[in-house]
Amino acid sequence: MNPNEIISKAESLRNNLSTGFRDEIVKSIYSEAEKVAQRAVKTASDKKYDFDQKIDRLVTSPWTGLPIMLILLGIIIWLTVSGANVVSAAIANLLFSLGDLGRNFFNSLGFIPWWITGFIWDGVYLALAWVISVMLPPMAIFFPAFTFLEDLGYLPRVAFNLDWLFKKTGAHGKQSLTMAMGFGCNAAGVVATRVIDSPRERLIAILTNNFVPCNGRFPTLIMLATVFVASAFPAALTSFIAAGTVVGVVLIGVAFTFLMSWLLSRTVLKGEASAFTLELPPYRKPNFGRILYTSLIDRTIFVLWRAMQTAAPAGAIIWILANIPIGDANLARAIADWLNPFGLLLGLDGVILLAYIIAIPANEIVVPTMMMVYMGAGTMVNGPGTSAGIYDLLVHGNGWTLLTAINLMLFALLHNPCATTIMTIYKETKSWKWATVSVVITLGVAFLVTFLTASIARLFGWV
Amino acid sequence: MTNKTILPTEHCETCPAFAQLEQMGIKVGDFDRVVALAGNPNTGKSTLFNTLTGLKQHTGNWPGKTVTRAEGGYQFNGVKYKLVDLPGTYSLLSASQDEEVARDFILFGQPNCTIVVTDATALERNLNLVLQVMEITDKVVVAINLMDEARRKGLEVDARSLSRDLGVPAIPITARSGEGVATLLSTIADVIEGKITVKPMRVEGTPEFQKAVNELVPMIESLAPGIPNARWLAIRLLDGDARVQKAITSGELGGIVARQGQADVQFSKKISVEGRQ
Repeated sequence: MNPNEIISKAESLRNNLSTGFRDEIVKSIYSEAEKVAQRAVKTASDKKYDFDQKIDRLVTSPWTGLPIMLILLGIIIWLTVSGANVVSAAIANLLFSLGDLGRNFFNSLGFIPWWITGFIWDGVYLALAWVISVMLPPMAIFFPAFTFLEDLGYLPRVAFNLDWLFKKTGAHGKQSLTMAMGFGCNAAGVVATRVIDSPRERLIAILTNNFVPCNGRFPTLIMLATVFVASAFPAALTSFIAAGTVVGVVLIGVAFTFLMSWLLSRTVLKGEASAFTLELPPYRKPNFGRILYTSLIDRTIFVLWRAMQTAAPAGAIIWILANIPIGDANLARAIADWLNPFGLLLGLDGVILLAYIIAIPANEIVVPTMMMVYMGAGTMVNGPGTSAGIYDLLVHGNGWTLLTAINLMLFALLHNPCATTIMTIYKETKSWKWATVSVVITLGVAFLVTFLTASIARLFGWV
Repeated sequence: MTNKTILPTEHCETCPAFAQLEQMGIKVGDFDRVVALAGNPNTGKSTLFNTLTGLKQHTGNWPGKTVTRAEGGYQFNGVKYKLVDLPGTYSLLSASQDEEVARDFILFGQPNCTIVVTDATALERNLNLVLQVMEITDKVVVAINLMDEARRKGLEVDARSLSRDLGVPAIPITARSGEGVATLLSTIADVIEGKITVKPMRVEGTPEFQKAVNELVPMIESLAPGIPNARWLAIRLLDGDARVQKAITSGELGGIVARQGQADVQFSKKISVEGRQ
């Protein structure tokens, strides 16, 4: 039997059928399901189960839904900021003093050349110490809190609340789910876009996912917000101001998600938003063992391990660059100086751009990398992990202003996806074109926004 | 990952079956049978998957959590099963990518048995998918999950009535606590071995439609002798389903049947390697 004969036979049979035959089948499936279910299910008692509905009326109402969302986001970020600060400093102190011990031990042995000691302890080890102390504590707090909301059943409510906004931009309402997953990891967010049926809306969700900061980038935001923005306020308010700043940055990211979705669906990805049904599942008691496992083992350790894999070679490269002398400076400084004019144009500086280039495979390690370049071969005096120490190094030592900090936060929020996410975009779209577009869009926006803020700040003489 | 033997729980102290569940994690190298987990989104497929395999597949309380297939293994009464967790889907007719993963596996992956996990608190909507899966394959077991939630809502689900109407076994379970899981496993074994005869309820359609289907079925069967779901393929062809058309013209269909005798179900591996995901 020739396969094509079957196809053409089916075509001709279809033409003879009445047009509604498919609807007939669907209709009879629905009516059978209804009959069977009615026979099998009894509402035994008049026990009311409207507690869920009462909560839903509150968290999905047009008036209280969005504020509750913001409050929850604020609480999670506040918990992360205030918890992470203390722990980060403690871990940093521990790891840096361990590094000193290691360096001293190597030196005391006498036969190890200075460049091996330096490469290992001031290069590779230092980078790892920075990454762990900056990234681990915030992730270990944020991920369990996020997973808790996920297990509880809150995410679909977020989608419900934001649906009308996404619809207005011409995107799919389920994009809020994929956006929420992006807070955990943008690569995971990109994979999650498979829940969106329409290829057009799925592409929009993929291309804009990077505008929400993933967990790898949160620590950067938290550190900068704490050290620079919050330090201008009384100590009692520090954690609230820092959390508020991070929430603000997140909201800017969400705003860019909407703006870019709107632009895309008006230009290259034209079309109307499609309708969909979304179930609001019942609230379920989260399983705490599972939450801890998922958030700490699968998520925190996974992201941290990935960052460490990039941080170790990045640390090595920086150390080498910093120890190749050029005149009376070194190669790292020379490159940074060369990049400096462009950096200043964006309200950043040459060192930040150099760190950014070295950290391209996992650009969440930009801050640790940058700190290493600033520190050069020396060590920090004022307690390396403390806010005061970082503030001293950056402001007094390297001429940072509030503009530098804010623009670095904006840059970290908007810049291109990490290598893993770019690869994931390629795999999901099967097209280098879209993977490239995702980089061009984000990088373009990052450059444009930081350039504008820097220009405006200078125009008004704020810095 | 080491094999773990689950100790009998308090629900099931004297139940020999449950003691014989051995979670095999991802060690699914050689398995005797393939079981697929289908169902509407957010009905607890991944939770059941974790309970059976001992794996820690992400679960989350939102529809759309699983977008790819996850595979794991368990051993029950000395027989090794490969369990395939499919993305949740409301129907088998739609074209979004996660739903296609589910449909392709049930259709072309040739599982020995398909568990359709349903939400006891929303049975009517869930049964739509059960009916559609039963169009494709006879070997179906319905797991009525979330029985604890149903009880809290004051719902009583009559599993016997459901089994009788559907023509396939329906087992009430609570995947989170393990309630009913032992019965589910022994039922799956019995269905595969033919100890339980299944006679799935089929939606007939109009007479002219039936006639058209009956004309196509022999043609498909002559192309791929022994194909188990010719009827469903015929229906999909009448509907102009591009994926099924492709399977027929590319010779993919003949390939399935040729390998059908082999125990390890090459085709399911092929799909999993190519990753139609």
